[in-house]
Amino acid sequence: MPQVIAGDGTKIWMLRDRRSQFLRWGAWLVGTIVFLWCWQRISSATEWFFVWGAPEVAADIGSRALPPRWSYMEKLWEPLWDTINIATLGTFFALIMAVPVAFLAARNTTPSALFVRPLALLVIVSTRSINSLIWALLLVAIIGPGIFAGMVAISIRSIGFCAKLLYEAIEEIDTKQVEAVTATGASRWQVMAYGIVPQIMPAFAGIAVFRWDINIRESTVLGLVGAGGIGLQLKGSLDTLAWPQVTLILIVIFATVILSEWVSAKVRGAVI
Amino acid sequence: MSATLAEDMLGARIGQPWKKPPFIRRPWLRWTLLIGGLLYFVVAMGSMEVNWTRVWQGLDRGWQFVLAFTNPDFTSKATDIREGLIESAIMSIAATVVGIGLSIPIALGAARNIAPLPIYLFCRGIVALSRALNEIIVAILLVAIFGFGPMAGFLTLSFATIGFMAKLLAEDIEDLDRSQAEAVRATGARWSQWIDYGVQPQVMPRLIGLSMYRLDINFRESAVLGLVGAGGIGATLNTAFDRYEFDTAAAILLIIIAVVMALEYLSGIIRARVQ
Repeated sequence: MPQVIAGDGTKIWMLRDRRSQFLRWGAWLVGTIVFLWCWQRISSATEWFFVWGAPEVAADIGSRALPPRWSYMEKLWEPLWDTINIATLGTFFALIMAVPVAFLAARNTTPSALFVRPLALLVIVSTRSINSLIWALLLVAIIGPGIFAGMVAISIRSIGFCAKLLYEAIEEIDTKQVEAVTATGASRWQVMAYGIVPQIMPAFAGIAVFRWDINIRESTVLGLVGAGGIGLQLKGSLDTLAWPQVTLILIVIFATVILSEWVSAKVRGAVI
Repeated sequence: MSATLAEDMLGARIGQPWKKPPFIRRPWLRWTLLIGGLLYFVVAMGSMEVNWTRVWQGLDRGWQFVLAFTNPDFTSKATDIREGLIESAIMSIAATVVGIGLSIPIALGAARNIAPLPIYLFCRGIVALSRALNEIIVAILLVAIFGFGPMAGFLTLSFATIGFMAKLLAEDIEDLDRSQAEAVRATGARWSQWIDYGVQPQVMPRLIGLSMYRLDINFRESAVLGLVGAGGIGATLNTAFDRYEFDTAAAILLIIIAVVMALEYLSGIIRARVQ
């Protein structure tokens, strides 16, 4: 136990010994310096004149943005339907692609841990690290603006996420069931269908709904880069400074997100 | 009676071929979901207009982009890339620090076993608001208010960090071991001492792990904030795409992937050590 010996020889308990005290102090010092340096860089890149005027600007925008223009709603139904389609179909195609990747990446099902598994992991990491908005930007440049680009962006981005969660679920399965099915003389595919798939089915459904919920959120902004959906209307309204429309769109997005979160919570509650 | 019934049922099953039990047990729900899903799929696919000739033309450009990954250009825009990366890193570090600093009191307020009901509802409201608003939308509004530059990005990421950290931390505080907290309170500790010695040590490992994770997320998000003018590497990336400089864009994407992988690896090590 760390302790110091006082002048008269009594031992005094201390939480940490001298060395770890110094280490901690040093770590805090370095952290503070890094943070202050970062802050200084941000501050020097900022027009403080604008920042001090921010409350007035915010109040001004607020006064222009309210009340929302409810009549604009009739033009929002179609983009909203597109947004939901982007998210749903994107999730669907992502799952189709994620399942084989997950089976190739899981240690207990991969055909070759040396060659195939790293490749599958590379697919997972690279699709996961890049935000769907960047994928959309890229796909709009490649296949042109529209809903299709948004859907492909969403599905590519979701592959890594779904495959990662799914392969972790596959690695955690109960091996006894698999062994029992193998012992009946089942082929490789039969083992998969009767020993592994039923075990990961609840996890699969949970992941699908979870990702669908995230995709609804993400697909609302894809239109900003031209990939269809309600974000397109948002961009149009922002560019023309039509703040009452922006308010309405934000309300619609907010309601959609809350609804999708509710649906996803319900379904996951039923499955797990 | 029941034994004979069970035997009857068993007798009816024996000799029948075994069938895999379906995933959804109620037949009407299964069929509704299946048919509804199919109908939706057909309608949704029908409402999606795909200009296949445009896609076909684009495939060539897509192939060029794939080729660009084999030959990324790190050098010709090196200064821009470096500046963008530093700005992204600065934004994410500062936002993580400030966001965590703000989320700790909010997490304490959002934990039902510590906070009284009015404070609990208020803090949960902040968390819900921060989680429901997409980062990009917040960034657009903040850019409109604070002007272009890393300030808007920093504020956006801080705001998003609050929702994430406060929610997870509050859940951890709600799960804490009551007996330890009770023991500290029994020594006559003040409220602040109780938090510091009874609660803090129990949630600290998770707090550190979550902070690392959030730093990782913030860096990833900072890569897109530039698209709406909130500073960072995203602005550089956007310019590269707009000019069809796929080799530079590929280089930036490779750097982002490398940094994210490194951060993920690092946060994995740190989380394994503290937990």
